[in-house]
Amino acid sequence: MKYLSIRRRHPVAKPLILVLALFLVGAVYALVVPTTQSTAAPGLSQQEADGQALFQVSCSSCHGLNGEGTSQGPSLVGVGAAAVDFQVGTGRMPMAKPGAQAPRKKSEFSAEETAALAAYVATLGPGPAVPDASVVDPSNLTEEEIARGGDLFRTNCSACHNISGQGGALPDGKYAPPLTGVEPTHVYEAMRTGPQQMPVFSKNVITDEDAQQIIGYLQTVSKENQGGGLSLGNLGPVTEGLWAWVVGIGGLAILAVWVTSKGARSK
Amino acid sequence: MNDNSPNELRRPPVDDPGPETPTPSWVSANPELSKAAQRRVVGAFGLSALSALISVVAYFAIPLHIQVELGSFRAGLHNVVFGTTMGLAILLIGIGSVTWGRNLMNDDEIVQERHPPQSSDEDRTEALAQLSEGVRDSGVARRRFIMGSLGGALGLFALPLVVTLAGLGPWPVPSRRRATIERTLFAEATPQAPIRLVNDVTFRPVKASDIEIGQLVNAQPENVQHLEGVELQQAKAKSSIILVRMDPETIQVPESRRDWQVSGILCYSKICTHVGCPITLWEQQTHHLLCPCHQSTFDLGNSGVVVFGPAARSLPQLKIGVDDEGYLIATEDFRVPVGPSYFERDSRNDFQEGDA
Repeated sequence: MKYLSIRRRHPVAKPLILVLALFLVGAVYALVVPTTQSTAAPGLSQQEADGQALFQVSCSSCHGLNGEGTSQGPSLVGVGAAAVDFQVGTGRMPMAKPGAQAPRKKSEFSAEETAALAAYVATLGPGPAVPDASVVDPSNLTEEEIARGGDLFRTNCSACHNISGQGGALPDGKYAPPLTGVEPTHVYEAMRTGPQQMPVFSKNVITDEDAQQIIGYLQTVSKENQGGGLSLGNLGPVTEGLWAWVVGIGGLAILAVWVTSKGARSK
Repeated sequence: MNDNSPNELRRPPVDDPGPETPTPSWVSANPELSKAAQRRVVGAFGLSALSALISVVAYFAIPLHIQVELGSFRAGLHNVVFGTTMGLAILLIGIGSVTWGRNLMNDDEIVQERHPPQSSDEDRTEALAQLSEGVRDSGVARRRFIMGSLGGALGLFALPLVVTLAGLGPWPVPSRRRATIERTLFAEATPQAPIRLVNDVTFRPVKASDIEIGQLVNAQPENVQHLEGVELQQAKAKSSIILVRMDPETIQVPESRRDWQVSGILCYSKICTHVGCPITLWEQQTHHLLCPCHQSTFDLGNSGVVVFGPAARSLPQLKIGVDDEGYLIATEDFRVPVGPSYFERDSRNDFQEGDA
């Protein structure tokens, strides 16, 4: 004690005591105040725990720390793994900025990370699962089954996605996206989960068999021979009319000016 | 300035300058350039002929299945080559002709003399005299019976033409309308013998428990599947329905329609009340149903009232229930005619915003 009391007026004593006091306050605070980071719930597998960690970093600012939803994003309880695989796998989530619609873009996550996220969200509540590749693979369908898929597509899907799956406009800047080049799994998942404005088409109403036939129709249509050259987006009269008026009639007008103009005079 | 005499008014503000003084064009006045222009004309015609020949060869030589692909441009090679060369052939004939006219022909302005279109006074007097002679000779004024019978024959000849209008269909008297345009397949349903609602295309009956919130089902009455051909199409044009399930907390159900739904599953006609397009473009978050033809928008969370567009009447809602096995059923027809307006339609019973 004598050692300390002799040096109590030493120049470094005051700063040293300050540092010690700060350290003490910090240590007590860390002990008393509980951590805000919720630790992995017991019973999560390694993959689900990885998914939870990813979720808290990339998704929780809008969907809540436990996927309960906030004013910025809906609750993810019960949306199922299929919804996550669709939204994250097609790059729609995480959204780059808030807007009328989450556009399709390059995915920010690897297949492994997407699977981990999906596994974690699936633990929040029961929902549609990611389908087996064999469920959605249309390669073994007969022509008759593909034609039936076309019937189903025209009845259930073409109002928004256009008769050949080219997509279409919705009110207020929203749109139904084109279905060309979409993975069969993602088409299936969209039907089962009803992303954004799209209605749900559940398993008992549009069976897995029906869904597979619809996918078969979509793939057949996108590979169809285009005998006529420029498809102009397969959108029908709007683009065709624009083309005819601007390029067709515009070209004729230019030709008419050339035909009636007088050339240079000799004097 | 204030002289209002007719001659003064008709005087054009600028004197007639007359035709332009003829000046030969630069090319036609210059022998070497003329020769070059001639070569261009002959070249265009020659290329046109060549192009036409190529198109004939291509028509037979190129197999139909070969496709060309250039970015988003995808087409059959046969079509592309045949069409392009044929188009070039006619375009080159045009280009050659115009080049010929512009460069080698004279383009002086000329005045074309015209004469008044009426005949000479002599011819007119002569024609009138011949006409009166004809009238006197035929005795039209004296033989009134002949004229009368001719008039009758001509009048009756119009009758067969009018009669063919009957082929347009039966007269739409009220009883006829009730049996056709104001009746759908659901009219066969009664509380004792209800009709199940089935999926369109697959005709699988729809269970209430199969429909999730936010789901849309394109459905038909089960009795549609026994019909064929014209009958089927006419029946479907009226009986097509959509089933939607919404969270009951988020929708408005008027007192009178409380028992028309099964825990948030509502059934509406699929036929737009504007001009009858089938509508299934439903936004599950806003509950709005948009018609792709003219953008009429109906709020299915509020008894189908019109929220936008040219439609004047709410979408008719069908009362549905559920049977012992859990399948959705209808026990009666729509209360109002479905589909677009027609002259005699009684529109007093359609649902309007604010009805109880």
